Amino acid sequence: MSDPNGLITPGQTAPGFTLPASPDAREVGPGQFRGRPVVLAFYPADWTPVCSDQMALYQAALPELERYDAVLLGISVDSVDSHRAFAQSRGIRFPLLADFEPKGEVSRRYGAYAPRGQSDRALVVIDPDGRVAWSHLSPPEVNPGVDGILDALEQLGTDRRVSAR
Amino acid sequence: MTTPLQVTTARLRVPVTDRDHVRGPADAPVTVVEYGDFQCRFCGAAYPNLAEVRRQRADVVRLVYRHFPITNVHPHAENAAETAEAAGARGRFWEMHDWLYEHQDQLDPVHLSLGVEQIGLSPDEIDAEVGRQAYADRVRQDFVGGIRSGVNGTPTLFVNDIRHDGGYDLAELLAVVDAVAPT
Repeated sequence: MSDPNGLITPGQTAPGFTLPASPDAREVGPGQFRGRPVVLAFYPADWTPVCSDQMALYQAALPELERYDAVLLGISVDSVDSHRAFAQSRGIRFPLLADFEPKGEVSRRYGAYAPRGQSDRALVVIDPDGRVAWSHLSPPEVNPGVDGILDALEQLGTDRRVSAR
Repeated sequence: MTTPLQVTTARLRVPVTDRDHVRGPADAPVTVVEYGDFQCRFCGAAYPNLAEVRRQRADVVRLVYRHFPITNVHPHAENAAETAEAAGARGRFWEMHDWLYEHQDQLDPVHLSLGVEQIGLSPDEIDAEVGRQAYADRVRQDFVGGIRSGVNGTPTLFVNDIRHDGGYDLAELLAVVDAVAPT
């Protein structure tokens, strides 16, 4: 069961926020990257099973996202301490944001909070102007991969080139 | 309004071509494309089952192997993949592939060189090529094609271009192959 209002949809303004992030608990949020696409990867919890782990995959795929100048931020309700240890164990170098206190507040604002007390497994691509360009909700046990994100970033690049003509 | 859960059937976006490493008859009706990581223990577990599928369905199945090293979790995976490519440039890809999966706990540089020697190639030559990353682009191309096709971990198999989202035990793999094989 997901948020009764549903995951935020394309065209909406992405709610602004900052959260403490791994590794050093500095405050990080999408507003700091205006002018670049921002990918928010909400996920249920650190320490999910290995090898098909979504965040480890995203670290490996990060160079491809960076080809679109995109910024990747992982978000769960785990604490910064958990994020730091998790990031270290999986070689994750992009920020993992702690939606920890008040618990799940940012996830709720994006419609990505499940009543079981975790973030949904949800992806949101925010365009360089701060509007939602694409969003996707997966079942918690399904790793959504990277293809949808890359398709959305590619589409964003195409749309902007067209509108710039 | 609640958001419906979205599950898509991923399809292989990079067709099998001459650049691929292919094992089995060229005209096989069933093509299994594996995206794998030589240091991933799940790939290691799938390896003997895939070999057995090829043995039991020799006229039906061909196997294609593409690289999907998740290097931040598996520090030896990239070197292993590039070493397999260096062997492939000498016509020995599958020998190296098999050695790697049969020695997953010996992928450090010293043991890897011994493996290269065991399949009859020169470790010095291959170390030098891997050292200057001669095959890094080739491995990266496989990886990028994989993520664009919806590979979300390893191993990921595509059976006649459709992602197999189930397990990797022999019975299930045979069932999947038989389901798409013409009768």
